[in-house]
Amino acid sequence: MHPLLRLVVQRLLLGVATLWVVSLLIFAGTEILPGDVAEAILGQAATPEAVAAIRRDLGLDRPAWERYLDWLFGLMRGDLGTSLTNRMPIAELIAGRLENTLFLAATAAVVAVPIAIALGILAARFRERLLDKAISVLTLSSISMPEFFIGYLLIFIFAVKLFWAPSIASVYPGMALADKLYAVSLPVATLTLVVVAHMMRMTRAAIINVMASPYIEMAELKGLTRTRIILKHALPNALAPIINVVVINLAYLVVGVVVVEVVFVYPGLGQLMVDAVAKRDVPVVQATGMLFAATYVLLNLAADVLAILANPRLRHPR
Amino acid sequence: MTELLLSITDLHIAARSEQGGLQEIVNGVSLRLEHGTVLGLIGESGAGKSTVGLAALGYTRHGCRLLSGSIRLNGEELFGAPYEKLRQIRGARVTYVAQSAAAAFDPAHRLEDQIIESAVVHGILSPEEARREARRLYEKLRLPDPDNFGRRYPHQVSGGQLQRAMTVMAMVPKPDLVVFDEPTTALDVTTQIEVLAAIKAAIRDERLAAIYITHDLALVAQIADRILVLKDGRMVEEGATEDILKRPTQPYTRALVQVRRVHKPSAPQPAAQEPLLEVRGVDAAYGAVPVLEDIWLRLCRGRTTAVVGESGSGKSTLARVITGLLPPRRGEVRLLGEPLPPGLRQRNRDQLRRIQLVYQMPDVALNPRHKVEEIIGRPLSFYFGLGAEARRRRVEELLRAVELAPEFADRYPGELSGGQKQRVCIARALAAEPDVIICDEVTSALDVQVADAVLRLLLDLQAATGVAYLFITHDLATVRAIADDIVVMLDGRIVEQGTREDILTPPHHPYTDLLLSSVPEMEVGWLDRILAERAARKARGERIMEAADR
Repeated sequence: MHPLLRLVVQRLLLGVATLWVVSLLIFAGTEILPGDVAEAILGQAATPEAVAAIRRDLGLDRPAWERYLDWLFGLMRGDLGTSLTNRMPIAELIAGRLENTLFLAATAAVVAVPIAIALGILAARFRERLLDKAISVLTLSSISMPEFFIGYLLIFIFAVKLFWAPSIASVYPGMALADKLYAVSLPVATLTLVVVAHMMRMTRAAIINVMASPYIEMAELKGLTRTRIILKHALPNALAPIINVVVINLAYLVVGVVVVEVVFVYPGLGQLMVDAVAKRDVPVVQATGMLFAATYVLLNLAADVLAILANPRLRHPR
Repeated sequence: MTELLLSITDLHIAARSEQGGLQEIVNGVSLRLEHGTVLGLIGESGAGKSTVGLAALGYTRHGCRLLSGSIRLNGEELFGAPYEKLRQIRGARVTYVAQSAAAAFDPAHRLEDQIIESAVVHGILSPEEARREARRLYEKLRLPDPDNFGRRYPHQVSGGQLQRAMTVMAMVPKPDLVVFDEPTTALDVTTQIEVLAAIKAAIRDERLAAIYITHDLALVAQIADRILVLKDGRMVEEGATEDILKRPTQPYTRALVQVRRVHKPSAPQPAAQEPLLEVRGVDAAYGAVPVLEDIWLRLCRGRTTAVVGESGSGKSTLARVITGLLPPRRGEVRLLGEPLPPGLRQRNRDQLRRIQLVYQMPDVALNPRHKVEEIIGRPLSFYFGLGAEARRRRVEELLRAVELAPEFADRYPGELSGGQKQRVCIARALAAEPDVIICDEVTSALDVQVADAVLRLLLDLQAATGVAYLFITHDLATVRAIADDIVVMLDGRIVEQGTREDILTPPHHPYTDLLLSSVPEMEVGWLDRILAERAARKARGERIMEAADR
């Protein structure tokens, strides 16, 4: 088998094992939480009899391991189960949300990644000069502010004062792409401000690290321009760490955006999960948790494959 | 034609020292170079050779600064010239060949794209012309398969080929001057001679001017018209190559010219002496890759067995097998007639004590956070259980034995020179009172004179203690100087072994012959003579080994 293919297969199998462990942890976590779905549904009206009735109704009176195995076997058949709170099939519940989350993440990535890498290259090119310092100050201050603060700040400026963008990012199925993009402009801007700094600093550091190599000195002694040296000789050799940090940030864009979703009332997966936890809707928590974990596994695998493809030694063996 | 190509006058270059001050590393160097001539820059490490060579491109390394002086190329002043002007000279009118081609080629691009880059970027040749020129030069430098050679990536090509490819890269833009910075130092001796011959022919045929930087006087004598000797950033002597070799006026140059002064008189072959250490039919492998095959050798008390061979011949692996770091696939190692357990962990303390190892790089073999006393004292407490006071006394004794003052016990490795560090390593090995010390290239990281002193020390210690050395080296001059017995290795096998007289007196095994005849001799015209000799013998149909094109 081709070594790359073997790596992919190996990692996918390991990924399945990881997901299984994650499912155990999530299940155990929700079991430890005080209260359950029955109490959450009934709220103030939770008499012991009513609680017991609902529990029986939902099958919550069975032992935990039995419920877990039920869920696991269902998952293996491709059945995510039904929500405990509204009795809807979870697959349906998640599908639309997942699409929204991926749309927001992809849009933010398309904006943020090129900006971050371009800024990183510029900072490395003009290292220790004014431009480098300006880029560092700006990106570091944007990362230092909490997301919700940036979100409300942008809403205040662009929605309340300037009327340029909507303050609520409401999207619905069948919306035209342009309208959708307009709707998510502020959340995308917020996410971009949050993730650019990390990627930009890693790009800068990776390039500067490569700049100490003898082949960069050689390039300089060949009379190449600084810009050419960075783009042609430093950047290709700095790709591996850059790919890694980009992927970590992509994962964050998928799984870590709950605060931004809440600020902009965006119907994404993160909100769904938070709601489900509050309502102790264990199957929904499980399903979203598994999706997030799978995102991490797949993106990290993609990072490793890309890093290998970026390395000529591995692409062209002797 | 005697028009001056390059003249450097009273050049001063400073480097920022660790304390933050400026320290002059080039101190008033002047040189003149005419069109079509080769100047050899020679000196030990830290002499400022590379710094002067790079100054010819108007370049200083990070942290260095041109203080004063003048660098005129074709009458144009480079000192203080704007960056853009220097950039247009670099890679166009002056080019550079770096010491380690493996590190100086960008791993991300194909060789040819890098080789033609400067000629194309500077607008000297069109990409097609540059490729044609590169191919012509591949052939000239005897690179294999010139039509496809450039399509390879740096890691797909051997060190010797890379070094020639870098020479091609320096010549494609048709420069006035090429600076060669130790272009053959990283190569094996048999590869070195081929690369040197290729560079020499290229310089001659393309009528190039060159600055050839090296620490090896014998090497530079083959290629340079004139030689400039540097020491600690200052000029020692400058003159025609012939004069420097035959009539050096300065004591330092005389010391450089002198062939090694260390010499161990040949000891009589001990006929029936019990061998101290025996390697019997050892095969070893790293994973599935076989590295050693059927190795037999014996080492006797008070004698030195040199194991010679080029990189990849398996010499260091042999040391790993003997010390137990790599258990052999087959065969055994015997110490005093008793078979040693194959792995390090199965050996008892006494067995460990009797075999000690001294490494090639003293810099990395010493823990930088331990004082010398701890470094040498560790085996004393480990093997002999000495208490603090006895230990200190013994450490001082050992330091004296390796000709270091007792005060060195309180220093850290960072405060020692390369030669002093290697002495500490030797003292650490001696502390165990071993029967056998394996010396793995112990002098190759040291400058010649320091290396000589370390060798002399090793011989004195042997005379005093009767310790046996297994001396692993690629340096045949060292072997000639101190070995009693010689083992010649090639590709994991022993091709020839015997006493020094047997091996060094003709007739030789073809590979031994190739090795011996590839060592540069301190004589103008040696390279041409040896190449002519080889060609003549080949014409007569004698069996001559060519260096494997590594």
